[in-house]
Amino acid sequence: MRDSAINLENPLLNSLKRLPGVALMLLVCIVVFSILSSDFLSIPNITNIGVQSTILLMISLPMTMVIMTEGIDMSIGALLTFCGVIAAYFLAQTQNLPLSIFMAIMVGLVVGLLNGAIIVYMKMPPFVVTLGMLGICQSLALIVTDGQTISNVGDTIGLAYNAKLLGIPLPIYFALVSYAIFHALLYHTRFGTYVFAIGGNRDSLKLAGIRVNIYHIGVYALSGIMAGVASILLTARMNSGHPTAAIGMEFDAIAAVIVGGTSFEKGNGWMFGTFLGVITVGILRNGLNLVGVQSSIQVASIGLLVLVALLLDGFKAKV
Amino acid sequence: MTNLIKELGNTTQFKNIFFRMLVVIIICIVLSFLTEAFFTTNNLLNVLRQASLLFLMASGLTLVLLTAGIDLSVGANVGMSACVAAVAMTSTGSTLLGFLSGIGCGILIGVGNGLLVTFLRLPSFIATYGMLWILHGLTYYMMAGTTINGFDKSFRFIGSGYLYGIPVPIYIMSLFLIGGSIFTKYSIYGQQIYAVGANPLSARLSGVPVNRRLMLVYILSGMTAGLASLVFLARLNSAEGDIGENLTLPAIAAVLIGGTSLFGGVGTMFGTLIGALILTLVLNGMNILTIDGNYQALVTGIIIILSVFLDLIFRRKVSS
Repeated sequence: MRDSAINLENPLLNSLKRLPGVALMLLVCIVVFSILSSDFLSIPNITNIGVQSTILLMISLPMTMVIMTEGIDMSIGALLTFCGVIAAYFLAQTQNLPLSIFMAIMVGLVVGLLNGAIIVYMKMPPFVVTLGMLGICQSLALIVTDGQTISNVGDTIGLAYNAKLLGIPLPIYFALVSYAIFHALLYHTRFGTYVFAIGGNRDSLKLAGIRVNIYHIGVYALSGIMAGVASILLTARMNSGHPTAAIGMEFDAIAAVIVGGTSFEKGNGWMFGTFLGVITVGILRNGLNLVGVQSSIQVASIGLLVLVALLLDGFKAKV
Repeated sequence: MTNLIKELGNTTQFKNIFFRMLVVIIICIVLSFLTEAFFTTNNLLNVLRQASLLFLMASGLTLVLLTAGIDLSVGANVGMSACVAAVAMTSTGSTLLGFLSGIGCGILIGVGNGLLVTFLRLPSFIATYGMLWILHGLTYYMMAGTTINGFDKSFRFIGSGYLYGIPVPIYIMSLFLIGGSIFTKYSIYGQQIYAVGANPLSARLSGVPVNRRLMLVYILSGMTAGLASLVFLARLNSAEGDIGENLTLPAIAAVLIGGTSLFGGVGTMFGTLIGALILTLVLNGMNILTIDGNYQALVTGIIIILSVFLDLIFRRKVSS
């Protein structure tokens, strides 16, 4: 493993060095599934994979930053669900789309800020704070909906979700824009540099007179905001608000980030790797679906994927 | 005699336990004022039985927390082991085989967790969290949406039977409590587990086989989860794929309320029992006050965050 916290090496070289792990798995997945299923490499299915991966990408991007700061956000799946339920609730009540989007994002922001503030100011372990928050959000989603599905959300949101621009579904554009924003944020802003440094050497950042706490909380706030944004897509995809819709999605997100080569130590993060990781997870789920494997086993195979990624990582570190 | 009491009062451990006992008593008093349904023999025995089940799961988890790790897969482990035991029992008709396969499944999962943590050096919360979802997936797959019920009467005795008017799980809990306390306090293994949690480096330098002790706690945690699953199964008398879904948060909450530190090296079995009792009392109280069951995870989540917060404040006060 590299010792320096802030990576000053040539980014291209750095990328090439890391590429094999996740690219290899991606390649293996593509080859295996195109042999197993003739539908796999068809244009409609590829588009399908893209659309299905949008929500996962949107929560995996901030998760990369959170993990880079040696933290974790276990609450993201439950928060996504809660925000989705909020969006559906306001849509059903007012039929006002902008208001619903605003409310969902605000709820995400508030929960994200709360996570960040407790973790940073109280110096509590991130996993236990966000685990507690997971329970809280899950519960709140059930309370808001009373355990039922909110279905009278109108047609606009569903129509927008299925709309196409230049033959490509709208959600894919959202996903690409989110990726571009996070890429720029991490590699071309001061905030991004600080994110690298918080995980690597928080104390020296503090000694340099930078208000680390604000930036650290900001990472969790971003995570919450993105959960809010992704929840709109979730609500649109299902055309309803369901109180257990995205439970457990944090596992997919964490898996995508780890598979993408971001490690839990020393602020080692790679945004494009996360992008590839999300596609790998998306392809794995889609391919297993095509082959007729139940979703319960899909979860287990994602666990296996993470294991392979870590073993590859360990192997490379030794070489 | 007074000197002894004074001395006991001075140790922080005694203060911790005493403070938590006080909380239990206060909750009991408040609940008995709020509703008549609380202070009945039936309800109190019910609370104790629930707390026993929770304690069985949480006892192994306590050991893991003593080493500054965590086992998020206990709930899923209970679910999987219960289903494995149920399948084994119904397909072979042998209660003993069901017993063994349930415990065996728990131990195997513990071995898996232990290998991930010691061999792959994964942070324990990631390793066991991944394990949680893998187990959920496998359990759903195994059960395929079916429910298995109607077990042998002799088997159900361990979960829903009575001995001298007291539910059997309470006896099992007492055995675990005594065994666990002796193990942690008086065995060399227990002392080494505390040492690993307090400072892994100094433990290693003083000759403690850190990895083997870590392995041991995850296996023990898996084993107690396996045992808990049997009592749980006997109590429910039915096994479904989602049986262990809502068990993880309460188990963690019980350990944390009981004064076991998330940062390792501090905690007792008896504390965990009190923690399980407090959480059960709160949830039971909510239940008989007819508060919506949807609020339970909310309360559990808040309790988890709050107890870690209090632990941190307490630690800072001690160190300063």
